Amino acid sequence: MSTLVFLEHHGNELSKAGLGVLAKAATLGDSNVSTSIIGSGVRSLAAEAGKFGAAKVYVAEDAQLEAPLSQPRVDVLAQLVREKDIDTILFANSVLAADVAAGLAARLDAGVNWDLTDLVEQDGKLVGKRPALQDSVYVDVGWTTEPRIALFRSGSFDPSATGGSAEVEDAPVQLEDFSTAARMVDQAHEESEGPSIEDAQVIVAGGRGLGGPENFTLVEELAKALGGAVGATRAVVDAGWYPYSTQVGQTGKTVAPKLYIACGISGAIQHKVGMQSSGVIIAINKDPNAPIFEFSDLGVVGDVHSVVPKLTELVKQRKSS
Amino acid sequence: MKIAVCVKQVPEGNSRIDPGTKRLDRSGEGALNQFDANAVEEALKLKAATGEGEVVLVSMGPAKAQDALRKALAMGADRAVLVSDEGAAGADLVATSYTLAKALERESADLILFGQQAGDSDGAVLWAAVADRLRLPVVSQAAEVTHADGKVTVKRQTEFGYDVIEAPLPAVVAVSDAINEPRYPSLKGIMGAKSKPQETLSLADLGVEADRAGEQGSRTEVYALNEPPARGDSRKIEDDGNAAQAVLDFLAEKRLL
Amino acid sequence: MKPSDFPPPFDARDYVAAPSDPEDERIEVGVLIVGAGPAGLACAIRLGQLLEDAPELRERLGEVPVAVIDKGKQPGSHLLSGAVVNPRALRRLFKGRKRIDEMPFYGPVHRESVYFLTQGSAFPIPTPPTMKNEGNFVASLSQLGRWLAEQAEEAGAMILPETAAEKLLVADGRVRGIRTGDKGRGRDGQPLGNFEPGADVVGRVTVLAEGTQGHLTGAALERFGLGGDSPQVWALGVKEVWKVARPLDRVIHTMGWPLRPEAKYREFGGSFIYPMGDDMVTLGMVVGLDYRDVELSVHDVLQELKTHKLVRRLLEGGERVQWGAKTIPEGGFLALPKRLHAPGLLICGDGAGLVNVPALKGIHYAIESGSLAAEAAFASLQRGQTPGTPGALSGYDEALKESFIWKDLYEVRNMRPAFGRGFFVGGALAGLATATKGRFPPRDLHLERDADAELFRTDRARSYPAPDGKLTFDKLSSVFASGNRTRDDQPNHIVVQREVPKELADLWVRMCPAQVYEAGDGDGNVTVEITPSNCVQCGAITAKGGRLTPPEGGSGPEYTLT
Repeated sequence: MSTLVFLEHHGNELSKAGLGVLAKAATLGDSNVSTSIIGSGVRSLAAEAGKFGAAKVYVAEDAQLEAPLSQPRVDVLAQLVREKDIDTILFANSVLAADVAAGLAARLDAGVNWDLTDLVEQDGKLVGKRPALQDSVYVDVGWTTEPRIALFRSGSFDPSATGGSAEVEDAPVQLEDFSTAARMVDQAHEESEGPSIEDAQVIVAGGRGLGGPENFTLVEELAKALGGAVGATRAVVDAGWYPYSTQVGQTGKTVAPKLYIACGISGAIQHKVGMQSSGVIIAINKDPNAPIFEFSDLGVVGDVHSVVPKLTELVKQRKSS
Repeated sequence: MKIAVCVKQVPEGNSRIDPGTKRLDRSGEGALNQFDANAVEEALKLKAATGEGEVVLVSMGPAKAQDALRKALAMGADRAVLVSDEGAAGADLVATSYTLAKALERESADLILFGQQAGDSDGAVLWAAVADRLRLPVVSQAAEVTHADGKVTVKRQTEFGYDVIEAPLPAVVAVSDAINEPRYPSLKGIMGAKSKPQETLSLADLGVEADRAGEQGSRTEVYALNEPPARGDSRKIEDDGNAAQAVLDFLAEKRLL
Repeated sequence: MKPSDFPPPFDARDYVAAPSDPEDERIEVGVLIVGAGPAGLACAIRLGQLLEDAPELRERLGEVPVAVIDKGKQPGSHLLSGAVVNPRALRRLFKGRKRIDEMPFYGPVHRESVYFLTQGSAFPIPTPPTMKNEGNFVASLSQLGRWLAEQAEEAGAMILPETAAEKLLVADGRVRGIRTGDKGRGRDGQPLGNFEPGADVVGRVTVLAEGTQGHLTGAALERFGLGGDSPQVWALGVKEVWKVARPLDRVIHTMGWPLRPEAKYREFGGSFIYPMGDDMVTLGMVVGLDYRDVELSVHDVLQELKTHKLVRRLLEGGERVQWGAKTIPEGGFLALPKRLHAPGLLICGDGAGLVNVPALKGIHYAIESGSLAAEAAFASLQRGQTPGTPGALSGYDEALKESFIWKDLYEVRNMRPAFGRGFFVGGALAGLATATKGRFPPRDLHLERDADAELFRTDRARSYPAPDGKLTFDKLSSVFASGNRTRDDQPNHIVVQREVPKELADLWVRMCPAQVYEAGDGDGNVTVEITPSNCVQCGAITAKGGRLTPPEGGSGPEYTLT
């Protein structure tokens, strides 16, 4: 087996999600795991990759690779895969990675399975595990040919700081005309107001149990302390306490952050279907019979007005120490 | 300007997977994939802005996918092309992108639009694969598209904010659901949809080889369906003044801090 | 205190208007049918058949000779019934074209049982003669509707779902058509980015087949003075469809528990449990809306019913797959309008109140009335008459009076009012009425408006089971199971007074199966909060002091198996 992990970077940092996939790749019993770092002025990141378990890093350096555009990356990877006989290419999902993975699949006529939460060897085959139909069922998927492309749900795995060093090799950069036709005019900078609800890894949501719109500050403070986004239920949006863009649920947004903290939310099914795939669900509600306690990992029967501010304080303390 | 919009029919309401074929049960009533409605709306807006042109719908699916196409025609699209063939069933991204690319080649559109994702397969990044086959530039997650002087300028939504990207036409653009609010078809539009041209093509019509389409042309497979992993034990505590600490400890335990 | 003390701020005249779009922008069709239910679709199918042999008339009717509009997402989305269907009208409609075995039925009724329930037992009682179902078929009305819609399209009709009929267009004393509702308005009625105004749809004949609590039917009855002497009364039916582990071998009806037999409660109704093939069962609770206890909740009574050992056994190992609610007009013959036609207008089906309560049948009357309406419209058009001429459509009423619909309804006309006297007295009166084929009682009994029932409060709610999510369910998760995913920022389509005594507000809270209403706390008047996006458009509020108007087309439930 010969695996290549696509690593993404932003500014001067490698994305954690990609490093997580690298850690996963190392467990697959393949001794031949390499990574790619593609951009401009990125050579120094190779050492970082090494610390997180990369034995070999292919660095593709070119001014034309500076902007995070997908198609030049497809060119680089396709060539690398062909020349180095790579049979498995792994990606952590992101806006960029998804486009690269799919473009690469077309270029190589290689099967791609996406939204995977795990990858294992079963009966001599590589099997991906992915949720489907709003996480109500899990599907085992596989590939019929090589090379194989897998796109993992972001944050599926944690990076593992093994503290090694990587062998660096320059990857050839031969770009197609059509790949360089699109041009980045203005690149995005880090969002200063916190993540959007769609991308947030942490969401703190408020419902009617908050008592009034003025109490949404409790939710906002906790979200800020955790570096997350604020969500709301249909009931409070209807009542005008918070904007519709933050509504989570059947007629609002569907989210799946790693952590969802529900404050004063009863957990009616209309809300549940919008957040049930969250990694960890914590609920705080003073009604012990609230349906949300049936699908939360940790339920606190208590008053949000006292529990939430205390929690915010503790989080801030923990983070500053 | 000719704009092709790739649309898909998806099962209405609650989807289920057929345990026999392990594929999505498409036997129920179908509807236009809601995200494709955004793409159709954007195409109509762009056509209106240039004052001329054509919006053609391109789709792959069973014969009754015509119904979903009719909805998009009712919104104002001019024409629809449906690739309908037994041999195209069970296609994965590789096979679908190949077939779709052939259908799009036939149209030679200036701009090809896709919707964000298909509600049924949650994340099929078809546009990038199709663009690669057509050797065209692709921009995804478009929250705003403007067209002038033979190119499109796209405001793209990423995890870090908005990029602004320019691409010369012909190009492929995938729009996000934030880009617009799709119009309600007027009653006149609905009634007129029936008489708009709707073409059905077979794989042979497109010159798509049997071994590159459908299940035969796919490179992935589904092995089994399983119950989702259990959520694990859920804990419930009462606040006696220490609940906040308990939550913090829980977060630490789960390595969420 | 009674609900009618607080009438809704509603005026039917607001929903009758002259066409306002410029003439060349009006949408013209030949015959316009409002409602893609069994009545409307039967009308469309019959018209298609008649027009097959009348190509000249067909030409004259223009590009769209027959159009059927429906406010649901697709035909069937708002159709709900038990149902056991008498195939008589379908046989007549499809004579020589389709056989019964080609229709989407779940099989003929083989066996049936009627039980009188107490909390702990089930006493089999002989099936009342009016309820015998031999020769009838179990069906899902929603599915049947979808099938009928396909037949109607094949017969040449254009079906336009997601379209609400908001106003009746009347000019020069005759019905010209309808105006469709606007789309894309926000909470406060303001036009949103994708606002699409309604349109005038005009036709030579307008057929109202709106079903129970028909919005334009109500407006038309007032506008043309068609109402009879007796008010209409309704029952609320709440039902579920279940996947079951073991097949049910018979059609079951129950009376008695959990409803209370004493006259003062006025709880007239019972339950039905029907097999849908080998792996599904549908069951529902039907209760007259003239009940008086503020705490009565038909949805919760249904949940309670499921805890009875007879029912629990049937559902063991199964899973609920759908839920829904709808009202049924129960006034029967006595509540029929004086006339069911007006210049340019015909009224069919449940909207007209063509339901046989003791037999629990209305679908075949709807279909037959639709066929008769088609024939009357066709005859009038064929004669070259303007159907808008007064009397041009009187053939419809004549045909109705000659039909089996009239005969059946007349015979059972006093059954329902009898039950105002409580189950036992009512049962006796009803029994006598049946035995004498309607000749007893000698003077027709009296119907009282549902909203005129004096209210009181008991502790009825104490026995409602706490929802366990497996056998019993709360209202919100039930709304979800109706397929309802209406957008939240729609304008409110429910017309009620918002500041009312707590007793009335609580009545509405319990009455509504979809948890649309919420009542504040207080001693005097309280504020009624409304969540219109939960509404499954059952119509109960119209019977009990408010008024349901059609929301944006495409909203509401998306029934498929009800």
